[in-house]
Amino acid sequence: MITDLFTAQVLIGVLTSGIRLATPYLYAAIGETFGQRSGVLNLGVDGMMLMGAFSAYYVVLRSGNLALGLLIACLVGALMGLAMAFISVTLHAQQGISGIGVYLFGLGMSDLLFQAFIGTPIPISGFPIFPIPLLSQIPIIGGIFFQQNILVYGAYLLVPIAWFVLNKTTFGLQIRAVGENPESADSLGVNVARVRYITVTVGGLLAGLAGASLSIAMVNIFQQNLTNGLGFIAVALVYFGGWRPTYVLAGSLIFSLVSALQLWVQVLRIPIPSDIAVMMPYILTIVVLVLTAQRVRPPAALTKPYSRGG
Amino acid sequence: MPVVRPNPEMPVKRLKFEQLFDALLPLFATLAALAIGAVMLVMMGANPLEGYAALLDGAFGSTNALADTLVKATPLLLVGLGICIAFRGGVINIGGEGQMILGALAGTVVGLTLPNAPGLLVVPLALLAGLAAGGVWGGIPGYLKARFNVNEILSTIMMNVIAVQLMNFLLRETLIDTAQTGAARIPQTVRLAAAFDLPRLVPTRLHLGTLIAVLLAFVVYFLLWRTTLGYRIRAVGLNQHASRYAGIQVDRYMVLALLLSGGMAGLAGVIQVYGVSHRMVTDGTAAGFTGSAGFNGIVAALFGQLHPIGTIPASFLFGALLVGANKLQRVTQVPAALITALNGLVVVFVVSSEFWRRRRAHNRALAEVAAAQKTEPATPVS
Repeated sequence: MITDLFTAQVLIGVLTSGIRLATPYLYAAIGETFGQRSGVLNLGVDGMMLMGAFSAYYVVLRSGNLALGLLIACLVGALMGLAMAFISVTLHAQQGISGIGVYLFGLGMSDLLFQAFIGTPIPISGFPIFPIPLLSQIPIIGGIFFQQNILVYGAYLLVPIAWFVLNKTTFGLQIRAVGENPESADSLGVNVARVRYITVTVGGLLAGLAGASLSIAMVNIFQQNLTNGLGFIAVALVYFGGWRPTYVLAGSLIFSLVSALQLWVQVLRIPIPSDIAVMMPYILTIVVLVLTAQRVRPPAALTKPYSRGG
Repeated sequence: MPVVRPNPEMPVKRLKFEQLFDALLPLFATLAALAIGAVMLVMMGANPLEGYAALLDGAFGSTNALADTLVKATPLLLVGLGICIAFRGGVINIGGEGQMILGALAGTVVGLTLPNAPGLLVVPLALLAGLAAGGVWGGIPGYLKARFNVNEILSTIMMNVIAVQLMNFLLRETLIDTAQTGAARIPQTVRLAAAFDLPRLVPTRLHLGTLIAVLLAFVVYFLLWRTTLGYRIRAVGLNQHASRYAGIQVDRYMVLALLLSGGMAGLAGVIQVYGVSHRMVTDGTAAGFTGSAGFNGIVAALFGQLHPIGTIPASFLFGALLVGANKLQRVTQVPAALITALNGLVVVFVVSSEFWRRRRAHNRALAEVAAAQKTEPATPVS
């Protein structure tokens, strides 16, 4: 029954899984925020996530070392970010399309490596739940917020860090200047290419981490197209959040809470067809994009390559 | 640095060579991707020569192989034609997957509702329904972009997911073949009446849809380069501001470009059903139905330099790669996913190689200016 949704137990369940589900979105979307604020649209996030997810899974499966898996995933993501930076910053390639190329590469490559070196999905033991002392003892709230795995905490910690870097540091000012008006930034001595290389590489690193948070901390498995387009949602969340980390957090939470709600709708056998329920977060995304697109202006130089003298 | 050429005869000859070079850039990009593929094959312990020989054999080795390649190329061509329209109109359509699915659903519904009508009536009707449904699915992001400034890349991607879920829902509930018995029913429709099968051209799997797609390539060429409508779509794609000043209703033509683009993908979906599968079935994913043609069509169109006629051989090439990949997998044990990865590289390389084309165009312009300055005696400007 639909009223079953409004019991305390279900609400706590929805919140707990919603908080957890937001993790990969947060890493990927915050990383993408850096890139886009500097003027680069990286549409290859999903491919980078897949490669990160695979490499983390592979390392953990072979070595059992979670930290090493995480590290390798970050490295692979950063490398792909670096490649994307080279393509879009140095070679001035059309960003929307080259990103799709990077996505297809990551999609095919992760599948290829998985089939060639593993074959059948074997579950691994991923990051365990790490209850935060004292805080996790708080009734209700403790269970929702402070009994998660370490990558979940990391994702939420990343939001204030990103906010601080973007708004309170010189480098953040450079990122915003390069994304709004690269000519002026250049004339003031900011190295436009360098800033964009850094933001896109960091974005790649975080995409790799996002993939790892999925494969070794959430579902603890890898399979073909594990992300199922999650990286594209992350890109949408950046628009949705108006290129501000705090709003990106809000968007990620709304999206993952609706996803969690949809899972519970299925668990409780509420007579809404599951296929329709799965659609809801995506329809919601379009609606929110419609609502935000008119009020928030993207960085002026987004998707525009920069070269001196035009 | 500008190259100043002393002899004014020289640039013409160089230009021809450069034009040829530009035209061949996508080919170089593909060769570069295949070279990387060869390295990957070696790293996986396979012989790249043997692998690529198997790929060629799988794609062209027999009449059946060739027919399969053409069948595989058909949706790529249709989606690619749509991509040509959209990209020429300055809008990016990543929604080919969803538009194919919607087109296929609409076409299937036509075939299911009129099981006893003559094929000559139902098939054209189904094709039209597919065209319309794909068009609507592409037109919605177009409208959202024109009216609310919603980024069409994101909205087309969202529309893909929504389309998949709609397909899953309809095939599990409304359109499911109810004659199936047992606990686990396959989410699929009944087989469409055999009278609706697209005619086979030769005794292979090759069907009329391939011919339709090739004809449409010429139609799209005509539309884009020989009609006012096409001229306006391209004008908007080249320069929105100038078009607006010229009195073109930019918003309208952006919606139209995405609508037509979606229509082409929708057609690809119906033709897939009426020419190949003869029913709709889902494994829960988009690729399960489309074979990722919605994405690979983008690759083909880019390879064909966003020209409808160029997209014909490009689709053929990528159809061959996809069909050949299965043989490659059988012979070398290297998963066919290799080809998806290589397709991604082709896209990256093709878009990146634009860099050299632009740089040469830039140098040429500088050289011309320099040459003009040399031949004309300097006159004081006042």
